Amino acid sequence: MRHVISVHDFSVEEIVDVLDRAEDMVAIARGETTSDLLRGRVLACIFFEPSTRTRLSFETAMNRLGGGVIGFAGTQATSVVKGETLADTIRMVSGYADAVVLRHPREGAAKLATEFSGVPIVNAGDGAGQHPTQTLLDLFTIRTEMGRLEGLTISLVGDLRYGRTVHSLAIALSKFGNTINLVSPEGLEMPGEVTSELMAKGMLGKACHSPEEVISDTDILYATRIQKERFPDPVEYERVAGMYRVDPDLLSRGPEGLIVMHPLPRVNEITPEVDGMPQAKYFEQAFNGVPVRMALLSMVIGGK
Amino acid sequence: MPEKMMKVQRIEHGTVIDHILPGRAFDILKVLGIVNDRSMSILINSHSKKGGKKDILKIEDVELSADEASRVALISPQATINIIVGGKVVKKFNAEAPKVVRGILTCSNPNCISNQNEPITSEFRLGPDDGHRYVCTYCERDIIDLAKRIRW
Repeated sequence: MRHVISVHDFSVEEIVDVLDRAEDMVAIARGETTSDLLRGRVLACIFFEPSTRTRLSFETAMNRLGGGVIGFAGTQATSVVKGETLADTIRMVSGYADAVVLRHPREGAAKLATEFSGVPIVNAGDGAGQHPTQTLLDLFTIRTEMGRLEGLTISLVGDLRYGRTVHSLAIALSKFGNTINLVSPEGLEMPGEVTSELMAKGMLGKACHSPEEVISDTDILYATRIQKERFPDPVEYERVAGMYRVDPDLLSRGPEGLIVMHPLPRVNEITPEVDGMPQAKYFEQAFNGVPVRMALLSMVIGGK
Repeated sequence: MPEKMMKVQRIEHGTVIDHILPGRAFDILKVLGIVNDRSMSILINSHSKKGGKKDILKIEDVELSADEASRVALISPQATINIIVGGKVVKKFNAEAPKVVRGILTCSNPNCISNQNEPITSEFRLGPDDGHRYVCTYCERDIIDLAKRIRW
């Protein structure tokens, strides 16, 4: 039984295998062709936290493969409000479904779930911890847009301290041999353990506080949301957020072929004028969640 | 006090834990679950012949098992353990830090699922480097201030 808990559990070969399978799923994900690979199978999507893209793309993935979906989003109408443990919820739900997709506000929740589940667990984000399917869809987007996963310069921009997607992505990209620039406001820098790992592998490029410093040498600009609640002073937030805004002016100084990615939701990090530019790939990125999650579901449920 | 007089009497039977990191003797008692009903001597910040300071524990009528010795190493990796029988050292060894620690520690990450009301046992693994750091199996974070994370 294969669980999907952390991208650290995937070797380079396994990552490439998932991306290859996802490529085969694109036509089905777009509805250009149909599949009944998982017909008669049931996926439980249990989301203890809000989610738009992750939940909907898992549900779409399962439906596109001919399977059914049960689950909940938010705990108000569930036994959790009566004090049920996650362990008991998992024991019960795993009896109803062939795999469980779990999002939970506590770090390590997905790992716990594997101990009480009789079916595969797929981690859809646990607190500030892991979000492996996001990392895999980011890698799929990079390979689709750039034609390769190695020899690229990726600038991670924004809140690198609390943004869970950038931690996993940085480590995953370092497995393939890339230069990774870290651009964040003071106080929101990448955690030391990630920076140390990048340095040890010789993959760390520049670590700085301004996108201007790296834009001319960037193949992929990966923007993340800077959360207002991290700043006690709203004026300071506006000042910092303004410095990290991706707009046509900034992109005009980037090399040809540069792409912009973002895990979404965005607030003000990318101005709407960028949406129509050829560099903007974040909506394709959101779509790519479907074929990548189809690939994973076919592997963990279908045994393919 | 004559110069050569020992500060603490030798013990006839039991365990002497020597070369404990200074100030950690009480943490070791805690991790061993040894309470006040034992006869014992505790030396804090004693001068070490090797230079610097150390703590020493002399616990009467207790022979530490290998598992208990590894708990000592969890707190003080350099500690030496002497088993005393009939007033003589019959066994002396350095404790080995455990690769996996279950149940003794709590995770320092308050948002870790292992700190919630779930039917699981906390688990930490020794990191692959030489840094004597333990990583939570659940949240994958390093435990911070390990001695403060011991459950009573």
